[in-house]
Amino acid sequence: MATVKVNINGMDVQAEEGMTIYEVAQSLGIYIPTLCYHPDLSTFGGCRVCMVEANGEEVTACRAPIKDGMVIKTDTENVSQMRLINVELILTNHDQDCQSCARNNNCKLQEVSAFVGVTPERMQRLRRVITNEVKDISNPIFQRDFAKCIVCGICVRTCEEINGIAAIDFGFRGYKTTISTLGDKPILESKCESCGECVERCPTGALVVKGQVIPEREVKTVCAYCGVGCGLILGVRGSRVVSVRGDRENPVNNGHLCIKGRYGFDFLNHPERLKTPLVRKGGVLTEASWEEALSLVAAKIKEYRDNFGPDALAALASARCTNEDNYLLQKLFRSLGTNNIDHCARL
Amino acid sequence: MKADTFFIIGSNTTETHPVIGYRIRKAIKEGASLIVADPRRIELAEHADVFLQLRPGTNEALLNGMLNVVINEGLYDRDFIRERTEGFDEVAAAIQKYTPEYVAQITGVPAEAIRKAARLYAGAKNAAILYTMGVTQHTSGTSTVFAIANLAMATGNVGKPYAGVNPLRGQNNVQGACDMGGLPTVFTGYQPVASPEIRKKFEEAWGVTLNPDPGLTITEMMNAALDGRVKMLYVMGENPALTEANLQHTREALEKVDFLVVQDIFLTETAAMADVVLPAAAFAEKDGTFVNTERRVQLIRKAVPAPGSARSDWQILQELAQKIGLNWQYGGTAEIFAEMASLTPSYAGISHERLEREGGLQWPCPSPDHPGTPYLHSQNFTRGKGLFNVVEYTPAAEQTDPEYPLVLTTGRNLYHYHTGTMTHRSKGIEAQSPEELAQVSFEDAARLGIRDGDVVKLCSRRGELETRVRVTDMVPPGVVFMTFHHASAPVNILTNDQVDPVAKIPELKVCAVKMEKVVS
Repeated sequence: MATVKVNINGMDVQAEEGMTIYEVAQSLGIYIPTLCYHPDLSTFGGCRVCMVEANGEEVTACRAPIKDGMVIKTDTENVSQMRLINVELILTNHDQDCQSCARNNNCKLQEVSAFVGVTPERMQRLRRVITNEVKDISNPIFQRDFAKCIVCGICVRTCEEINGIAAIDFGFRGYKTTISTLGDKPILESKCESCGECVERCPTGALVVKGQVIPEREVKTVCAYCGVGCGLILGVRGSRVVSVRGDRENPVNNGHLCIKGRYGFDFLNHPERLKTPLVRKGGVLTEASWEEALSLVAAKIKEYRDNFGPDALAALASARCTNEDNYLLQKLFRSLGTNNIDHCARL
Repeated sequence: MKADTFFIIGSNTTETHPVIGYRIRKAIKEGASLIVADPRRIELAEHADVFLQLRPGTNEALLNGMLNVVINEGLYDRDFIRERTEGFDEVAAAIQKYTPEYVAQITGVPAEAIRKAARLYAGAKNAAILYTMGVTQHTSGTSTVFAIANLAMATGNVGKPYAGVNPLRGQNNVQGACDMGGLPTVFTGYQPVASPEIRKKFEEAWGVTLNPDPGLTITEMMNAALDGRVKMLYVMGENPALTEANLQHTREALEKVDFLVVQDIFLTETAAMADVVLPAAAFAEKDGTFVNTERRVQLIRKAVPAPGSARSDWQILQELAQKIGLNWQYGGTAEIFAEMASLTPSYAGISHERLEREGGLQWPCPSPDHPGTPYLHSQNFTRGKGLFNVVEYTPAAEQTDPEYPLVLTTGRNLYHYHTGTMTHRSKGIEAQSPEELAQVSFEDAARLGIRDGDVVKLCSRRGELETRVRVTDMVPPGVVFMTFHHASAPVNILTNDQVDPVAKIPELKVCAVKMEKVVS
């Protein structure tokens, strides 16, 4: 790859040909505000808040490729004004219940608003009549709040480029532009697979998980559903798992997940979880101590083996348990003298 | 470089392995070709260059038909066949009768589509075959896998990146459970129990005397339980009372067995029948390793404590072993893994410490400085030369007849996982797929006066159930599809427990049923 020389905010730097202005700025640690840009997706250039000056002209940094000798200024008065006006126009239609919004403190729009210097005086002047958009709460997992949607299209590109199902797109025209399913039906009636990739990437509170709880700490692990083996990051609050996100460092899934991996963890805290050993007494499974339960199992194993030989015993290992669990199960039964060990790999 | 052609047979990838599904959709958009063979018009069929909608139970014929075209049109890889394989001539002779026209009669797939698929597959630079249980859960499962291998070897699509024969493993650690010797014939790493040297190695390491005779498979265990040879069954994290073919038979076996122990996270249908139930920790509550479908060994980590007095499965087993009189003193899962790796050449270079440092590793990984093996058979096959096997089409064990005129085939959907022990207890998921919706074609529905959402009774020679139906063009006339997710409509009451003679996998994908509307 050829390198080119550019000047950015007075600094001469070298960069690789083909990079965008935004990418060069990023590599130098220069912050350029963006709303519709996402590193996983193709660029859109729709939000217009990444405007910079390049060779005297204002361009969108996310889409403009660098050229040899280019002189880039990221903070001219013109650029600042354009960014401010663009953000203000977006905010005029935006709900302002930030404190109670699930995206609070994790909101790209808040971050960008602060950077461009939105002031309450100007906001008062621009504030539009309260919107009457109705939330789409059809999906039991996440909701779509159109009053917070900035029509950046990140969800549209995510659905098309990450999942590939393309369940949503821009609908309607001009001022009425919105994110729509086919026929503008509720999301649950669309071909949406509830993978949550768009919810993960939404820069505002437009797409949020219902009843979301913010974790205190995170633990890296691997999904327990299918054989793909996606890397997960479990969010823990107290002693409960309250969220899951994809592990972007895991080469298997690069952070991508499906509905089961991302949202199928409630079972961990389900009240029906077995909490104590049970022993059948008088035909009824009755709570018992570990000592009682394991002594009974050990006694029965010895009894059957001694009376009928080791092949009177059989064990099913598990395609759901760990290697270590399975290794010990087969070691135990083989040590008892039987190879009657199988599992549902055949099923 | 990436696979430029995918041939997906018997795998509803976008629903059962969604993240692989994302990658396939992406590859298609970027120009890769796609061949899909499935009795149902699955979502991927919409993206396919060729969709081969074959009758359930006719995989072997279809694959032989494709190989027939590859050979007769000279599309095979002469160098690969000469240098890397043996037995090609016998197969080339045997498939002569599987002309596209003959195969079209068996499979219902037009001859021209078979030709197109064969040319597309053979013409690719790197063609990857992906399959799952739609191939294996048949009485002809093993020979169908041979037929797939024949096609891949004949076109040189093995032993190189972005190609190969790729069975997608259904469960998070089905690969690991097999690798760990959770099979009646082998110790860890597929080392045969029948081998005196291997046995000696394990006897010395474990300090016990080992049985040289292979044990029983799951289906054989159930039969042995019924005739009283197996007295005690220990089940760790499985739910055969819902997953086994011909459930009636399995449930009788589970009832008949003298002593049933179940170790699980919920009181599953199987646990409810047990004499002793032992509460286990779930994946987020324990340490250890899983192996994914690419043979990638990855660490899982304890994030939260298990509820109540539930314990990790390995801890339960260790305590039980001690009570039986075995002197086990593992301090943790890393120690268990280290002992296993010391006895298992393909895992010898892997340790928890290395996985923590480097991330997942793909076996074979024979030494600590080995980087792991992303794809197999690059120089040699396990047996040396790749062996072509003659495959003849054998019909499914159970055929339709005037009394049972419909074919029932089974599988999974996007929302649920197997018997739903976990997903039925995850609110947002359960709400999207709360009950079974058996898929019925418009034609059969019209003929039987059934509407979308009606309740029907389905009967096979083994049992009957009631289920709500979804009338859809996903299934062709004559075929009904059900998942095995819902205990209220347990499809395995109906399925056939005839097994593949080699792999002993029951024919869960084909049985004959009749359907009638339930008038409420």
